[in-house]
Amino acid sequence: MEHLAMHISNGIINGPVAAIFAVIALAAMALCVQRGRQHLDDRLAPMAGLVAAFIFAVQMINFPIFTAGVSGHLLGGALAALLVGPWVGALCVAVVLTVQALVFGDGGVAMLGLNITNLAIIGTAAAYLLIVGLLRVLPRTPAGLAVTAFVSALVSVVAAALGFVLQYQLGGAVYLGDNIAGLAGTIAVTHLLIGVGEGLITAMTVLTVAKTRPDLVYALRARGPVASSPVPAVGGAR
Amino acid sequence: MRKRTWGFIASGLLVSLLLAGVVSSFASADPDGLESALREGCTVDAAGTVTGGDCPAQREAEHEIGGPLADYGVSGITDDALATGLSGVVGVLLTFALAGGGFWLVRRRAGQQTTQDGDAAQPTSTAGVG
Repeated sequence: MEHLAMHISNGIINGPVAAIFAVIALAAMALCVQRGRQHLDDRLAPMAGLVAAFIFAVQMINFPIFTAGVSGHLLGGALAALLVGPWVGALCVAVVLTVQALVFGDGGVAMLGLNITNLAIIGTAAAYLLIVGLLRVLPRTPAGLAVTAFVSALVSVVAAALGFVLQYQLGGAVYLGDNIAGLAGTIAVTHLLIGVGEGLITAMTVLTVAKTRPDLVYALRARGPVASSPVPAVGGAR
Repeated sequence: MRKRTWGFIASGLLVSLLLAGVVSSFASADPDGLESALREGCTVDAAGTVTGGDCPAQREAEHEIGGPLADYGVSGITDDALATGLSGVVGVLLTFALAGGGFWLVRRRAGQQTTQDGDAAQPTSTAGVG
């Protein structure tokens, strides 16, 4: 087990492109802090801490996919968006990536902006757009929530992976020429399979939280008074 | 309400610690989707080291920091399961402390008016107040 990297390592994308994405990531995270703050109250703040810690834990658990010799692991963008919303959710994933790069040698520090762009920004944004759309059309049942979680998680993984393909096209270490299509194909197929795992984990986790504490699921809170009626403001109202 | 939330957080943290501390050593050791795609075109030996051919993974450079917990191990501990579990536990606690602490510091305090646009008021008004 000498090499257990899950994220983009140093040397894979050139310095200038990595620097550009570092600036993009930093600007996006600043926006997330500004927008996310409005939702962060005494209840969401510790929940968001838990979501980050949970994503860190589950990312460690690589699961086999149907292709021999390749594994996948949770990325977490959809889970974070469902539980704590897109702004705070993106920050949760970014904190995980930062801890992994600074403390666990996973993902180059110079590559952090690339990794944050793919997993925290693209992954969370793609998931959230789907979550909003699907929750609007699907029935307000556990099954509707499960389908929303599964589909948004699956698509977000493929979207995040294609973010890497774009970055590689812009500044990949080895010029692949026409082979970039081959890389894109490989990445898309494996991440479609990884997305199935991501979808199952995300749906299972969100359903569990929704069953025990529906008020702690951001996506359900945003659905208005019908969905959040089981949790009337009694006693604890300030 | 407040107490129940902290109870939920504590149980979630316990689950995370078990996942990172125990279940993690049963994880697949195969390279993930990204890493395996970058190795396409290369031959890899049983230990997972690139031995020949031509692929992007050959350009992988040293990490800037590394550190005692690099690659989710603990330097000095040779037992893989123990090292992975320990570094996982440290990672979960560290991530929770940094994320939770950071979010707690920037949170909107009770009764504080939002200075931003109107949509800020919506999620809190429709939800049960904790």
